Amino acid sequence: MISSEVGYNSKVEGEVIVTKADAVINWIRKHSVWPMPMGLACCAIELMASAASRYDISRFGMEVMRFSPRQSDCMIVAGTVTYKMAEVVRRIYDQMGDPKWVVAMGACASTGGMYRSYAVMQGVDTIVPVDVYVSGCPPRPEALLDAMMKLQDKIGREPAVKNLTQTAKSPDLVG
Amino acid sequence: MIDNDFVSSLLKRFSFLSLRHQLDCLTLACPPNEVVDFAKHLRDEETFDLLVDLTAIDHGETADTRFSVVLHLYSLIHRSYLRIHVDCPDNDSPEVPSLNGVFPAANWHERETYDMFGIQFSGHPDLRRILMWDEYPYFPLRKEFPLAGIDVPLPAADVAEVTGAEVDPAPMMGGPFVSPGTGRMSESEPRAKDESWTEETIKQS
Repeated sequence: MISSEVGYNSKVEGEVIVTKADAVINWIRKHSVWPMPMGLACCAIELMASAASRYDISRFGMEVMRFSPRQSDCMIVAGTVTYKMAEVVRRIYDQMGDPKWVVAMGACASTGGMYRSYAVMQGVDTIVPVDVYVSGCPPRPEALLDAMMKLQDKIGREPAVKNLTQTAKSPDLVG
Repeated sequence: MIDNDFVSSLLKRFSFLSLRHQLDCLTLACPPNEVVDFAKHLRDEETFDLLVDLTAIDHGETADTRFSVVLHLYSLIHRSYLRIHVDCPDNDSPEVPSLNGVFPAANWHERETYDMFGIQFSGHPDLRRILMWDEYPYFPLRKEFPLAGIDVPLPAADVAEVTGAEVDPAPMMGGPFVSPGTGRMSESEPRAKDESWTEETIKQS
């Protein structure tokens, strides 16, 4: 008798599951993103709202907001990045362990937004590599959740060891 | 009661004062060397004991008196504001005495005024920049300073080295963006003053 089953067959394979390392590692990573809430302006309020019960970011496994960069792997830059604050943002980014991702939340963090001014950095991607940009001023919590789901997709697509070698290429500024 | 008698008695008692006619608020001009004693008098004798604001005006590079420090005092008894202008005699290195000893609230206001206009407050206990970083070489609210900013290095040298970032003038896209202030709201939203140029099409000089 020819079995029509494909994939896992417990009679043949027992307790063993065959898969790719990337698939497993990324599956684990993308469902336990620990965000670093880099709240710099009014976007931080929407960020808090998305963590609260009504929007509930914990549905995606991201409720563990860590205020220590050592324990987090996704920096959500929520707000206006001034040139004076840019140094701090970069140092906190460097203190996060690999692998790590950055979400630029809102118009200010993405492009400088309405602040065409001498004091405001025109987009946080000048100093840190941004994975997902969110439009809006400020974006609604749904927009942030959508961005975080896009980030999950991105984590799922990338080679699992790529991020581990990132630090070796550019020196960290942990000071 | 803040009325003409109050003003004339002040003017009579302090001969250095002069009245400035402004529509919104009673305004007195006071020379810098008298302002500390005058503020103390207002605080202790006239119940103007709340320093609401301390800032400055840049009247422009060609003005005879370029910088004036502006105080707003409030009296809870009179329920009235009083504005004091202190003209800085020296246009190149403006300096006025600090009011920190009279109103402790003046401390950070004076730091901000120093940061934005470069006005020195003599006798201030800690006159450092408060908004911009310490090494910033310009005073951004002076008339000659462009809103977009001027090229300077990033405050942290090591971050600048790794990222290649620096403080660049912001793209203005024909701005500044101002509202005409008239008409319907849908048509009076802020627009660039000069819409003939954008980031793609270069400004015609």
